[in-house]
Amino acid sequence: MQTKKIINDGNRAVDEMLEGILAAHPRHLRSADGSPRSIIARDGPRPGKVGLVIGGGSGHEPTFLGFVGKGLADAAAIGNVFASPPPDPILECAKAVTGGAGVLFMYGNYAGDVMNFDMAAEMAAMDDIEVRTVLTTDDVASAPRDQRQKRRGVAGNFFIFKAAGAACDRMFSLDEVERVARKANDHTFTMGVALSPCSLPQTRRPNFEIGADEMEIGMGIHGEPGIARGKLGTADAITDEMLDKIFAEMAPKRGDKVAVLVNSLGSTPLMELYVMNRRVKQRLDDIGVSIHATWVGNYCTSLEMAGASVTLFHLDEDLQTMLDHPCDCAMFRAG
Amino acid sequence: MTIDTADLKRMFDTIAVAIEADKDRLCQLDGVIGDADHGIAMALGFNAVRDALASLDLAATEPTALLNTAAKSFLNAVGASSGPLYATAFMRAGAAVKGNAALADADFTALFQAMAQGIKDRGKAEPGEKTMVDAWQPAAEAAAAASVAGKTLAQCLEAALAAAARGAEATKDMIAAKGRSSRLGERSLGHIDPGAASAVTVIGAMRKSLS
Repeated sequence: MQTKKIINDGNRAVDEMLEGILAAHPRHLRSADGSPRSIIARDGPRPGKVGLVIGGGSGHEPTFLGFVGKGLADAAAIGNVFASPPPDPILECAKAVTGGAGVLFMYGNYAGDVMNFDMAAEMAAMDDIEVRTVLTTDDVASAPRDQRQKRRGVAGNFFIFKAAGAACDRMFSLDEVERVARKANDHTFTMGVALSPCSLPQTRRPNFEIGADEMEIGMGIHGEPGIARGKLGTADAITDEMLDKIFAEMAPKRGDKVAVLVNSLGSTPLMELYVMNRRVKQRLDDIGVSIHATWVGNYCTSLEMAGASVTLFHLDEDLQTMLDHPCDCAMFRAG
Repeated sequence: MTIDTADLKRMFDTIAVAIEADKDRLCQLDGVIGDADHGIAMALGFNAVRDALASLDLAATEPTALLNTAAKSFLNAVGASSGPLYATAFMRAGAAVKGNAALADADFTALFQAMAQGIKDRGKAEPGEKTMVDAWQPAAEAAAAASVAGKTLAQCLEAALAAAARGAEATKDMIAAKGRSSRLGERSLGHIDPGAASAVTVIGAMRKSLS
């Protein structure tokens, strides 16, 4: 049986979504001339500033294009659902935002994205645009600790892009922006849990099977299988399982500060996210870690998947300054 | 036989039809160990190639230019992983036959090997890592061996198809080491790699069209 979706044509869904987004946010966003899948910030790119280009597959809204705006990313290259954009729209983003100080590419660590962004970086170099790349690898569930560079980038992108975008907006050099971006990535830890599948607009078929009373800990944001399948636990038990894994890596000390993101994978409602956040607060209080800021809601989704992720951003003075730096994007504002 | 641009266009048309027919199976294979979109991406890519080649003046186009058109149209329609991999395969194929107006059997086996090498180079994958390389590399080796043994192109491609099918089947017993399924570890065991499965479909269509 096909899943229910409010669409016209599954093959046109991404482009029709972009039309709707540009109609809703004309003050923040435009598409590059002749490249409708290159979404550019109206305000932000300027001479002497490092350009920040993010991007990836569609289906994760508001990631990526919702985080395009002054103080955050300068442009996002948009792919098909769950598929990396090809090199051309990425290159057009780089050209649109370059201010002569170099361009940083930031995106989640997936094989397809790496190949397409690397090809775009080679093409940009031929146009005399210096490009550096920082991959996000915040998904604790996706590889063992000693293979951090193999991990996926998931909801923690939010903090990592935010920090890098602030560094760009403060007119840091490309070297400095890259340093901040890498440090932000090293300080960001995410764990997810999935309860029910999503379905692609083109197939309208659930993209994995899961029992009515089961959950999958560590599932990726494209429905990639996670660490383990188990019986659906209580909110506290699920949150504890996620935090135990995160704490084991983050090694928080009494007096440390974090920012928290409790993110819905799509259809899990705010009520459940806030129930989880209550437990996050309790656990952080227990170990004497203070919460600098909290975001709860849909920040990195997987179409209509049910489930949630918890991200902790382990702050120091440097990263806190970047997090507090103001930004004004189509789907996110801070400061 | 000699192969001209009209034959190459027919070959791509045949691949597009075969992939379209296989789309759902490929998505299902991908759903088990990946993100369920491999059939969609491959169909999108080869349909874009078919449309792009339809607008070429074949009489005025050399094989290299046709293959570059195929590469660019596939890449820009798809992105994803299969986009750069197949685009590189077609660009290398074009480079391997540069300057030839028509291809002899041996030229085509060289082209076929260049495709496999391009996929391997772009994806930085080795055999045994549960990727499309596990179908393409044995296929290229089988085609080369048959060509050296003086077989016809049809026989070379028949050998390539059989080797690709064996290679794809063997991915069932492999633990993924590259691509999205590599994070699954042992949970990827028992499942055919969708990229290897689609490679068999592509090579099968090439054989059908050129025999």
